[in-house]
Amino acid sequence: MTPEVIETHGLKPAEYEKIVTLLGREPSYTELGIFSVMWSEHCSYKSSRIHLKKLPTRSNLVLQGPGENAGIIDIGSGYAIAFKIESHNHPSFIEPFQGAATGVGGILRDIFTMGARPIAVLDALRFGPLDHPRNRRILEGVVSGIAHYGNCFGVPTVGGECVFEECYNGNPLVNAFALGVFRHNQIFYGKAKGVGNPVIYVGAKTGRDGIHGASMASAEFTEEAKQKRPNVQVGDPFLEKLLLEACLEAMQTGAIVGIQDMGAAGLTCSTCEMGSRAGTGVEIDLKYVPQRETGMTPYEIMLSESQERMLLVAEAGREEEVFRVFRKWGLDAVTIGRVTSDGVLCVKDHGEVVAEIPNRDLADEAPVYDRLHTKPYRPAPLDPPEGILNRKAAIQSDLIALLSSGDICSKRWIWEQYDYSVRTNTLAGPGSDAAIVRVKETGTSLAMALDGNGRYCALDPREGAKLIVAECCRNLSCAGALPVAATNNLNFGNPERPEIMAQLVESIEGLAEACRFFETPITGGNVSLYNETLGEAIWPTPVIGIVGLMETARPTPMHFSRPDRAVILLGGFGATNAQHFGGTQYVKVILKSMWGLPPALDMDYEKRVQQTVRDAIASGLAESAHDLSDGGLAVALVESSFGLAGVGADIHMPADDRPEFLLFHEAPSRILVSTSRPDEVLKIAAQNGIEAARIGATMEEWFRIRCGSDTLVDCDLAELKNRWATALERMMHQS
Amino acid sequence: MKFGVVVFPGSNCDHDAWYAVSHNLGQPAEFIWHDANSLGDVDAVILPGGFSYGDYLRCGAIAKFSPVMQSVRKFAAEGGLVLGICNGFQILVESGLLPGALVRNRGLKFVCKPTPLHVETVNSPFTSEATKGQRLIMPVAHGEGCYIADERTLDQLEAEDRVVVRYLDNPNGSLRDIAGILNEGRNVMGLMPHPDRSSDTLMGSTDGLVLFRSMAAALVAAH
Repeated sequence: MTPEVIETHGLKPAEYEKIVTLLGREPSYTELGIFSVMWSEHCSYKSSRIHLKKLPTRSNLVLQGPGENAGIIDIGSGYAIAFKIESHNHPSFIEPFQGAATGVGGILRDIFTMGARPIAVLDALRFGPLDHPRNRRILEGVVSGIAHYGNCFGVPTVGGECVFEECYNGNPLVNAFALGVFRHNQIFYGKAKGVGNPVIYVGAKTGRDGIHGASMASAEFTEEAKQKRPNVQVGDPFLEKLLLEACLEAMQTGAIVGIQDMGAAGLTCSTCEMGSRAGTGVEIDLKYVPQRETGMTPYEIMLSESQERMLLVAEAGREEEVFRVFRKWGLDAVTIGRVTSDGVLCVKDHGEVVAEIPNRDLADEAPVYDRLHTKPYRPAPLDPPEGILNRKAAIQSDLIALLSSGDICSKRWIWEQYDYSVRTNTLAGPGSDAAIVRVKETGTSLAMALDGNGRYCALDPREGAKLIVAECCRNLSCAGALPVAATNNLNFGNPERPEIMAQLVESIEGLAEACRFFETPITGGNVSLYNETLGEAIWPTPVIGIVGLMETARPTPMHFSRPDRAVILLGGFGATNAQHFGGTQYVKVILKSMWGLPPALDMDYEKRVQQTVRDAIASGLAESAHDLSDGGLAVALVESSFGLAGVGADIHMPADDRPEFLLFHEAPSRILVSTSRPDEVLKIAAQNGIEAARIGATMEEWFRIRCGSDTLVDCDLAELKNRWATALERMMHQS
Repeated sequence: MKFGVVVFPGSNCDHDAWYAVSHNLGQPAEFIWHDANSLGDVDAVILPGGFSYGDYLRCGAIAKFSPVMQSVRKFAAEGGLVLGICNGFQILVESGLLPGALVRNRGLKFVCKPTPLHVETVNSPFTSEATKGQRLIMPVAHGEGCYIADERTLDQLEAEDRVVVRYLDNPNGSLRDIAGILNEGRNVMGLMPHPDRSSDTLMGSTDGLVLFRSMAAALVAAH
């Protein structure tokens, strides 16, 4: 092996030395390829592993924590859910449509390989600003890719979020979350158990697409990124739908011992991980692998990331029961090998051994790095630019500008392209604080939301990470759900740079602290590093997905539904100052700047605010509940007014000499509730030891905010709504 | 009374239709596999939404050749009730059981949203329980739901009172706002909006249930 060959495989000289030591010899070319993908950052988590151990992973509801294809949570009545989030950032930049489509396909397979039927998908998206045509093209491609895959597969895309920042210009983020439901006794694991059992390949044929996809996702982009297009896989959602139905049906036969999807690193990863988890060996002969191209080498077959493929281990002698199901669905299913006792992955090509590596060495012996981390890189100053806050705020036009900005405007243009109601379970879909999906089998509903805030995390990765956990839990609480478990997707730059590694470490520690505090253990997730182009890293962007349980099916709506109801601000007006104001949407959109620190979070207070809203909902007092986040109080009030009922609000607050702080600061731990019994809501707030203020009443078709004797906003609701509802469409169609 | 829901490879609203009939309407329903050569003892057939056979080539173009469609044609010819929803409508059109064609939405994008409809006729076994002029809200969710036909066909559909529902806010560019139509015998109906997704109070609208209730009433009357 020449140093060049080793380097093009993304392996460091020391890593190669370790391979030689483990094998006791030089690896063959095929073996080098196998090691390179399994030991890539994407598959091995070598830079993040020691820090990920800090995350809480257990609770009495967690049936399966990290390490399997997805985490599993008990939801009662004999049912469980499997869920996880995963990124497809690198492929989506190179080929937005297929990159995003196969991202959805991959996470869906992670769910149904465990035996669960996927019932919901959410997506967290990040793009560069839409005034650049390339970013519009990427957004358009990503959204149609997600729609193409999810709609055809028949899983509703029920929510998510989409944010625009300069830092994502060269590195858009596509994080897809999926959740599935099954019975406790239907859970399947990716284990190659039972020496002598057949190893069966099912699904699509293997082609040359996606070779080294995992390695690509483990390096920065350079000028030549576009040439990596052949590394991006091509998806077929119809085939995946058949694979879903066939797998779930085959599992019913009782003949399947273990099963795992072929995702990153394809056949390589599924064989060695299944063997490693069971402590067994796996022997396969590539001549049996269904191929759609001729002349593929063992190297290409082992490293292909062709989509819609699964590997399963069946009970010896019962293969035919499995084959019968796959034949019914018109899918390939062939025995390609068997489980052995020696713990070795033995790959043959027409009987000749081409790779022979202990499974443990591939799956568990990957190098682990404690990378140097210093002070997190800070892209903005601590103090505001001289004089920037002297501007006299024009509250009404500032509010309209915020409502028309990319992060705050309605994302209807995106989610109307997603089938969000297939399977007839979506009780609150895209555009809600949390997506609410009922489980027909149990008569209850699940709440789920994704949150991330790169701006906060850029200013303080630790506090930013805590804030997103708090906000995500708050979203669920507003629907009346109790947050119970989480999954995370860590999107960062190059971990070999100490100031980037520091962002990663601090974010993980922040997530760990908050998830422990809010009792939402992290049951799995994904780390996406090297999100850099030409040395320019994205802001630290951890994305959290949290799942909550509801005791009934029906969620509390976020919108005001009736006029003449009291509007109560749970948590109070919150505090801010010039420094904590610097990460707000107001500063981004109106002042076009950024500085300072994210808003200050008191987690204990936050928890009590969330308890209050859940108590108010459980007592039947809250007719609507919506949390304050981007854009602060004013934006939350307007968003609460954008329901189908056309009910706005007449808000009256004490006089304030900095109304832009009062209305647009983003201090957490605040929720708007509308109610016909305000005194009882205030009483519950007092019992929980939180502030609460009655700030006005709902009214039909109009929106007004007064502070003292000043009328700051006085506007026809329909006009406000129109600006907000059509902004994204206008941005997409600009020329 | 028994409803049959046909399952093609790629159908993904089969369970929704089954649930609407069995749970929301409260009548027995069973699935019929696409290569079945008989419909068994069902009294009405639903072709559900989805992407039958991946909708490669054209939506519904491959499904029309499936064995079960032979039986559906025969069943329809004998006066049996057949309801095609979304992809089911596309299959009925491709199979020649309904006139016209469904092409890519005017906006060239998949569109999913609640859509108000106007009931044009109650002279059908699918809308007998509705009132003429009634406003129904049902979701659409399709990429190729723009109904087209030549002028003569459109005139004929209207003259024969075979347009069942029209869009009040046309989401896909369908000619004359047509959302659903009947065959000549008035026993086969296709529509793009989803009555199966608007039959449950929890889902926000039960307006679609009127179609299933009408079918049930027609079946009772026939016995």
